[in-house]
Amino acid sequence: MKKLLTGNEAIALGAYEAGIHYASAYPGTPSTEILEELARYKEKIIAEWAPNEKVALESALGASIFGARSLAAMKHVGLNVAADPFFTAGYTGVNGGMVLITADDPGLHSSQNEQDNRYYAKFGKVAMIEPSDSQEAKDMVKIAMEISEEFDTLVLMRLTTRVCHSKSLVEVGERKEVPLKPYKKNLMKYYVAPAVAKQLHVKVEERLKRLEKFSNETDLNYIEWNDKKIGIISSGIAYQYAKEVFGNNASYLKLGFTNPLPVDKIKKFAQEVETIYVVEELEPFIEEQVKALGIDCIGKDKIPNIWELNPEIVEKSLLGNERETIKYDKSIVVNRPPTLCAGCPHRAFFYELGKRKNTIITGDIGCYTLGGAEPLNAMDTTICMGASVSLGHGMEKLINKYNDDRRVVSVIGDSTFFHSGMTSLLDVVYNKSNTITCILDNRVTGMTGHQDNPGTGYTLQGETTKMANIPEIVKALGVEHVRTINPLKLNELKEAFDWAYDLDEPSVIISRWPCALKRLSEYDKKEFKYVPGVCEVDQEKCIGCKMCVNTGCPAIYFDKETKKSSIDEVQCVGCELCMQVCPVKAISKVGE
Amino acid sequence: MAETKSVLLVGVGGQGTILASKILSAGLVEAGYDVKMSEIHGMAQRGGSVSTQVRYGDEVFSPIIGRGEADVLVSFEAMEALRWLEYLKPNGKVVVNDYKIPSAPILMGKEDYPEGVIDIIKSKSNTSVINAANIAEELGNMKVMNIVLLGALVKAMDLSDIDWEKAIKDNVKEKFVDINLKAFQRGMDAV
Repeated sequence: MKKLLTGNEAIALGAYEAGIHYASAYPGTPSTEILEELARYKEKIIAEWAPNEKVALESALGASIFGARSLAAMKHVGLNVAADPFFTAGYTGVNGGMVLITADDPGLHSSQNEQDNRYYAKFGKVAMIEPSDSQEAKDMVKIAMEISEEFDTLVLMRLTTRVCHSKSLVEVGERKEVPLKPYKKNLMKYYVAPAVAKQLHVKVEERLKRLEKFSNETDLNYIEWNDKKIGIISSGIAYQYAKEVFGNNASYLKLGFTNPLPVDKIKKFAQEVETIYVVEELEPFIEEQVKALGIDCIGKDKIPNIWELNPEIVEKSLLGNERETIKYDKSIVVNRPPTLCAGCPHRAFFYELGKRKNTIITGDIGCYTLGGAEPLNAMDTTICMGASVSLGHGMEKLINKYNDDRRVVSVIGDSTFFHSGMTSLLDVVYNKSNTITCILDNRVTGMTGHQDNPGTGYTLQGETTKMANIPEIVKALGVEHVRTINPLKLNELKEAFDWAYDLDEPSVIISRWPCALKRLSEYDKKEFKYVPGVCEVDQEKCIGCKMCVNTGCPAIYFDKETKKSSIDEVQCVGCELCMQVCPVKAISKVGE
Repeated sequence: MAETKSVLLVGVGGQGTILASKILSAGLVEAGYDVKMSEIHGMAQRGGSVSTQVRYGDEVFSPIIGRGEADVLVSFEAMEALRWLEYLKPNGKVVVNDYKIPSAPILMGKEDYPEGVIDIIKSKSNTSVINAANIAEELGNMKVMNIVLLGALVKAMDLSDIDWEKAIKDNVKEKFVDINLKAFQRGMDAV
């Protein structure tokens, strides 16, 4: 039976069929759905959300060393967090087969950079595979498990957004049960003290030679002979774009196993074709290695190494062809940036924080990054997970040393705090700065599509569990000044900021209210009481001051002709922020 | 041999473009086509401009297209059609919903929603204008706007022979099947 599946769904299916026992991940676009899909096989697979990618990779490595087939998944920048265990796992190898999935995001659809993680495979000296559609994604997970066990290596599976989130047809198979391998204590393999690591490095180099031989022999790297004037070397989604443009008018060396590269196969291919194009997305990972073999090829001289590739770019870059398009004045189209949702608890928070003078606001990664956009404009920086707290600390130390009169407010989400904000906050306490850390606890991991986390009280597979208590954690880290407030009440926010700005010691404000889109859990229903109804503007009373509009709520519309605001009752969830900012009390709650 | 066709569905995050694409793809698979579909998740979904691409034929390679490559552009919102019009083949078709969703700069009164968007599109391409909002309202649920547009798309692409009833039944909750079937038919009739 064939099913139309995304690459992520296909990977979960492939992992299931490959008999894996354990999987762990931290959610991150475009990788998130892999674990969500795997979580459904409760009987057969343990699937977990880890607090961060390092923990996910280490847990999966633990499962592998114990003898299980295991998988860890993360977005490209997540592998930076997991880089420490990644490199040493390259030395230890595995017991049960282990696949590490990195989902890169060319085009930065939902990321802070577009790093090309193929270099990690070369850097960490592990095997790498790259699928170019969902069927390959499924098949390759299964093959990767075998490669991992045969060569005693971690296998890095590199995906990109268009492989993860494109659907194509996949043949559904059966699960093959694979028993756990026995675990035996083996210091020379898993106890990576310097003397052991020294010997393991020798083995790693030997393994690479064996893997290169495999790379030349495997069907994952295959040649399609057509016209030999043009020969294309490609991998991943870029191969599909090349096929789209050149069809049968070129020969192809399609690479599915890309570290180490199949040197002999590349040489053989090069001998028979006249001109070689290397078609790859982002960096010249293959091209550089082909050129190092002394083979002439055309790649990044013509194809850009920035942003997402598509068939149009391949065709224009290599053939000089431009498609005819409809000509019109595009400048009249108004920008449509993403916004915080109607009723989002982050909106009131940033609205109030944005009023503070002499303040530097360090932000973090999540929906609340949008607090830095118009019209809230309440953020100075966003770098990576957890950086808000540590960046703020660095700034505050200098502010104190040079008697600057500014204050730093660090803003971080609940899941991001668990991910890597806790160690940063420990630094604030340990090294004595007086930053104000605000934890926006919206009771869920929001941006990636509502995943549970250590604070929600539920696991990925739906079991109830201990609910991490943020105020207690913060106090245990040594912060003595901690307040929890309801962000939908502007006066509570204002009082909390006044209080924190007056302190000479570090403080934490926990802004606690569920994401407006969250399906409330039993715990949430007990804790959060909603007043039903939606907000409505009395057109007689409205003076057109735009105070409500300046909250950036997408449910509020300002009519330039009548100079009055109005509220879309379909979008409004009745959070009452606009009611609080209206200076003439023109907004009230109606209905239900 | 069936040449690969490309459908570009665009709209605003939350309008249900992904569900419409899912049903479209399911129907095409059932009809025996090779199908690829591409969608975007994450940050862009928060009220931003969104696009989904569906490609079908004997053998489809790329799941996405570039400018000047779409056979049909289905826009769930008027201004979005103009944003994406350069992706349409010059002889391609447009199905556009006569429905406006002001974006943030417009809501805040900083910019105006452009005048005469639908007229510009009509003057540039073979266009069917659908008032999916009115139809959905008549049917009693604004959310079925996406299925009205799907019906219009199916008619515009000459795909009426496929078993769409099954595709809809397989992809929506049971209690919404009837209203979605009606919405689909009304969309077909509107072209």
